[in-house]
Amino acid sequence: MNIIVCVKQVIDPEAPPASFQIDSASNKAEMKGAPPVIDPYGEYAVEAALKIKDANGGKITAITMGIKLLREVVKKPLSMGADELVLLEDESYDGADSHSTAYALAMATKKVADYNLILCGREASDTNAGQTGSGIAEILGLPCVTLARKIDINNGTARVEKVTADGYEVVEVTLPAVITVSNEIGEPRYPTIKGIMAAKKIDPVVWKPSDIGVESNQVGNAGRKTAVNKLFQPVHEGKCEMAEGDSPEEAGANLAMKIREAKIL
Amino acid sequence: MADYKGIAVFCEVKEGKLAPISTEGLGIGKKLAGDSGQELCAIVVGSGVAEATKEAIAYGADKAYVVDDELLKTYRTDSYVAVMKKVIDQITPQVLILGQNDIGRDLAPSLAFKLGTTATLDCVELAIDPDSKRLLQTKPIYGGNALAVYTSNTDPQIVTIRTKAMTPLAPDASRQGEIVNIDAGIDASAIRTKVVDTVVEEVAGIKLEDAEVVVAGGRGMGSAEAFAQLEELAKLLKGAVGASRPPCDNGWLPDTVQIGLTGKIIAPELYIAVAISGSSQHLSGCSGSKNIIAINKDPEANIFRQARYGVVGDWKKVLPAFTAKIKELLAS
Ligand SMILES: Cc1cc2nc3c(=O)[nH]c(=O)nc-3n(C[C@H](O)[C@H](O)[C@H](O)COP(=O)(O)OP(=O)(O)OC[C@H]3O[C@@H](n4cnc5c(N)ncnc54)[C@H](O)[C@@H]3O)c2cc1C
Repeated sequence: MNIIVCVKQVIDPEAPPASFQIDSASNKAEMKGAPPVIDPYGEYAVEAALKIKDANGGKITAITMGIKLLREVVKKPLSMGADELVLLEDESYDGADSHSTAYALAMATKKVADYNLILCGREASDTNAGQTGSGIAEILGLPCVTLARKIDINNGTARVEKVTADGYEVVEVTLPAVITVSNEIGEPRYPTIKGIMAAKKIDPVVWKPSDIGVESNQVGNAGRKTAVNKLFQPVHEGKCEMAEGDSPEEAGANLAMKIREAKIL
Repeated sequence: MADYKGIAVFCEVKEGKLAPISTEGLGIGKKLAGDSGQELCAIVVGSGVAEATKEAIAYGADKAYVVDDELLKTYRTDSYVAVMKKVIDQITPQVLILGQNDIGRDLAPSLAFKLGTTATLDCVELAIDPDSKRLLQTKPIYGGNALAVYTSNTDPQIVTIRTKAMTPLAPDASRQGEIVNIDAGIDASAIRTKVVDTVVEEVAGIKLEDAEVVVAGGRGMGSAEAFAQLEELAKLLKGAVGASRPPCDNGWLPDTVQIGLTGKIIAPELYIAVAISGSSQHLSGCSGSKNIIAINKDPEANIFRQARYGVVGDWKKVLPAFTAKIKELLAS
């Protein structure tokens, strides 16, 4: 089983919302004071790949596209147990939308060539676009199953538990296929010391657009089919009225009184 | 290039009825159609959809394209993408609206890539730009920390809409509309996935999506047992119990009660958040609530930025007294 996992570097989505800022000149966002992290849903996809490797053996190749990729961040899949890391790192990949992202990643998987399964997170925590997996599948002409909470591989078939609003569906698909992974797959494992040491020794391969057989105007910002007209932070006016009391119990009772008075009850 | 015209809404049929999200899609679709002087059409796909087609017209569609086929009874990516591609190629709408739910979030991106156009998922606002006449697609990004307004360079401009973000029209059963049947023409052998089982995790009592009052707990509840106290309060208020993601991830509650960006989106009259910090991703699922009330021991917790009333304190002490007082007030 050879598995490709697409996983990106993002600003920390779980940093306190108060530290979120938009630079209006560049339309870029940052979490003030928090370093970038590996995208959480991508990390769930890495965990899914490792679970399959534990059960079936094989090789895991992580692919990360972006600019200013911090090696200590993008090497996390390696330290968790992935075998290889490919970076699509070049200025021309910057500013991609769903279309140019899926296109570049699909072309990179073609260059990796030897795979049975492509995994992505269900959505990235920055764009929340939720299209990369489906897009790669369409471009490559592969079937796609989204929102996996469990994946079992048997004789070239994946049996996938797919999350639904009121439970799950069990879906079977013949490999090669693309599967997107949800958090129900289970908490990503921590890198082990051994894993961290091994990751240190692995040099990621860097592929420029010409390495994956595309023109630089087909990827990143130049390859977009959508435009961002505006990016802004919603304002929350309104203030929270705190119920007080000499004890927490009294405060609790006062809270009940307050909502009664406000006719919410 | 085809001449793309009109606003289309993908209409989902659930147990013979038009899904609520589709009535919301028709509501905003009607407005966009009016603003741009175009027709609104419904694309009704499923098996046994006659009743839902009538509803789609009652909810505002000028015309309905109907694909009714036994093979469309359960959603599969391949069959629905094939059918929708066929319909879109025939009717060439400028805009296609779907719901951000099990079907829409899977279908919209696959269909967009198949058609060589774009999709924007989870829109909370849609409008026609008066100058360019393109669709302005407003979508929360960065987990809800920001809003982005996108436009697409290609047609059809495909979007999914967030549950309860748009308002349906009042249905008018006397409205008339043309109905056009389209043959599904599905090649069953081209469906590459097989659904071998469907598991519904029943939750007792009022459904989260329908509840007027929701009592939700977070990581700070500490255990599955602690949720019994939230159950008690929910029962008292005839509401439902929900959670942020950690209690579901920890197996304290079923995954189906997760509220937020990647869980359920709800908008009850009253949302009581206990030991929930108020991450942007969680608030994405409940910020439409009429009133948010929070109990949290951290005065700096982000939940207090959106709550109307709150208590800073340990829920183990605050909540029993709160519940007791509510009981007393309801009895009097
Ligand atoms: C792409 C993406 C999607 C996500 N989707 C969702 C989603 O749909 N829904 C969701 O909920 N999360 C989602 N998350 C996770 C989210 O970022 C947060 O990690 C999560 O919401 C935190 O849950 P919490 O508030 O329960 O936990 P925490 O943030 O750990 O907060 C626990 C709170 O409990 C309080 N507390 C602790 N003990 C007590 C006590 N005894 N008394 C009173 N207060 C106490 C603490 O002060 C703290 O504020 C998503 C994340 C990403 C990256």
